[in-house]
Amino acid sequence: MSTINKWLKENTFHHSRFQNINDLIKEKEKQELSISLCIPTLNEEKTIGKEIVIFKSELITKYPLLDEIAVIDSGSTDNTRDVAGSFGADVYLAKEILPEVGAKKGKGENLWKAIYQLKGDIIVYIDADIKNIHPRFVYGLIGPLLYRKTIQYVKAFYERPLTTSHGVRPSGGGRVTEILVRPLFSLFFPELSALIQPLSGEYAVRRSLLEKIPFPIGYGVETSHLIDVYNMLGMEAIAQTDLDQRVHRNQQTRDLGRMAFGILQTVLSRMNSLGIISELPALNHTLRQFQTDDNIFETVEHNILEEERPPMIEIPAYREKMGYK
Amino acid sequence: MQADDSMKKNIWNLDEIVEKLPEYIETLKEVSEVLLSNLIMAGEIPAPTFKESKRVEFILDRFTEAELQNSSTDEVGNAVAILPGAEGKENILIVAHTDTLYSEKVDHTLTIQPNFVIGPGVGDNSLGLAVIMTLPFILEHLGITLDSNLILLAASRSLGRGDLEGLRFFLSNTDIPIIAGVSIEGVQLGRLSYSSIGMIRGEISCTVPEEYDWSRFGSVGSIVTINEVINQILEIPIPKRPKTTIVFNSIESGTGKFSKIPKSAFLRFEIRSESDDMVHEIYQRIEDITADISYRSGDEVSLTIYSKRRPGGIEFSHPLTRNVRSIMRSLRIKPRISPSTSELSAFIDQKIPAITLGITKGDRLDDDRESIEIEPIFTGLAQLVALLLAIDGGQCVDNK
Repeated sequence: MSTINKWLKENTFHHSRFQNINDLIKEKEKQELSISLCIPTLNEEKTIGKEIVIFKSELITKYPLLDEIAVIDSGSTDNTRDVAGSFGADVYLAKEILPEVGAKKGKGENLWKAIYQLKGDIIVYIDADIKNIHPRFVYGLIGPLLYRKTIQYVKAFYERPLTTSHGVRPSGGGRVTEILVRPLFSLFFPELSALIQPLSGEYAVRRSLLEKIPFPIGYGVETSHLIDVYNMLGMEAIAQTDLDQRVHRNQQTRDLGRMAFGILQTVLSRMNSLGIISELPALNHTLRQFQTDDNIFETVEHNILEEERPPMIEIPAYREKMGYK
Repeated sequence: MQADDSMKKNIWNLDEIVEKLPEYIETLKEVSEVLLSNLIMAGEIPAPTFKESKRVEFILDRFTEAELQNSSTDEVGNAVAILPGAEGKENILIVAHTDTLYSEKVDHTLTIQPNFVIGPGVGDNSLGLAVIMTLPFILEHLGITLDSNLILLAASRSLGRGDLEGLRFFLSNTDIPIIAGVSIEGVQLGRLSYSSIGMIRGEISCTVPEEYDWSRFGSVGSIVTINEVINQILEIPIPKRPKTTIVFNSIESGTGKFSKIPKSAFLRFEIRSESDDMVHEIYQRIEDITADISYRSGDEVSLTIYSKRRPGGIEFSHPLTRNVRSIMRSLRIKPRISPSTSELSAFIDQKIPAITLGITKGDRLDDDRESIEIEPIFTGLAQLVALLLAIDGGQCVDNK
């Protein structure tokens, strides 16, 4: 328990600590690093323009902290790509990146292909559906990487005290985190339970680590990253930053059920490969949910198969691009 | 485009300024994301009148970030800063109001599309504030250094009961002599206000006393009384000259339930006239009506004034107005000349020549789906830059 508290104390930050962007830029230049922002999208025309305008203005034009802003799109049917392009982002269709490995559906696919497409030594991933976007979403995640070399992977969490008292108050993540992920972590990876919001879609990672970890392409990508980084480098490599409030679309419980199903598959297969559990039976990939029509119950089946991309460093085209032997 | 050396010297002649405008418009497009970013970040901070401090704090941060001088706030919550001029002998004041019509409970999220920005208060007056915050960056990008100091004022407490308190406070308490004032409103492009009409804004409240005899028959309740007030105000003769109007802005009463007799009613109104005497004459009549109805009905009918404006301003032929019209003509902006009831009157009280300009086209104003167009913003900004150059070049001084 004391290890968790020590980590919480030393590896948990608040974005305000990094608000002097000029200082971040000096560190970045001193370390000769480049930083890319990746925004994975699927039909986000309502919010994508705002994200790009703010990040481009505040973190490129006024303060050159970022070297590129890229939108990796899964094939939106709305105007997401046009809107993003019109405000100056580099826009890519995921299926056109590394075409030789084929195209798979899922946010994790976009995140994985970004490693090949983007040039940064650090890649910051930000979801496209944030309504109250602010530069802190980016500099708050980059800060710990620039100031402490042992940190490799920085995860966002969101807090906003309703009062200014210094008393004890409950804190935590969303429904899937508190009902599924934290109990699982507490059972099998207790130290990881110190991540306040392990499922948040905003994180910044060093390329040297990103290229070495596999990517589930669906719901399990965030959970598997944490397990893999923890196993490879321990908790010292992980940090989390409080970005205050995040306003986004609320998801229905049924949608969260599908998310939990995907995450559970990923965690079970990780535990199997790590030898934590053995003789895992073949998993069924169909989630059944129910609806009623005129008092008659009907089954709604969702086929959710958590496919996985290998570490990018194993892809020949990537090795060639990076000049690896 | 970064400024080349040839642009660093200011242009003094209006014809030369006008000649540069097409080039300015193109260059201004390069600052688009900085302006839009300021617009979004300020506009998403709720700022109903008297509760503007968080928005003002943000603006002050921007002023400090731009390394402006004397970036500060004051007793009434204005944000003010100075962009020093090369010579600094004269001072031009640019003002935009910080408050909006929307309460903190309204979702202030702005949505940005390639051609539009949509959301509450985006045109009135988040865009005006964004222009104030971005102006130092704009001038630097265009390679313009004014000779005069540019005072940037985000004025608090302007709307409704605020009654222009921020701007009035600043003008009454500053010892900086100001040669001209420019009030910036987000919309509409082409707006040109150089005079203020006389105005009184007030509220008539009607309260049914507790000892009211609820058993009496006939029409009862505060709605009946306020209706009588309206009927009698409508009988006040309104002259054609000087131009005069009475506007009923809002009426509020009742609980929405059948079983309840309404106990209070509120009527907000505005008297507008080119003549200050006429405003006061009509106000006197309304005061008499409320007193009379209060006496006859037994209800408490009272009258409260929210704000007053004296008519005045500069002439149509004043060089400030004339130059703006020339600039608009060269930019093919159709002038919408109208008297103002806003910031101008505070300038008028201090005898400072001033005008109000709009920056872009907007739609659904005063609605939470308010929208502004992005493309015309660059023309609106070019218009403002040209005017600043003209004022700075001494071309807007009335030598009469």
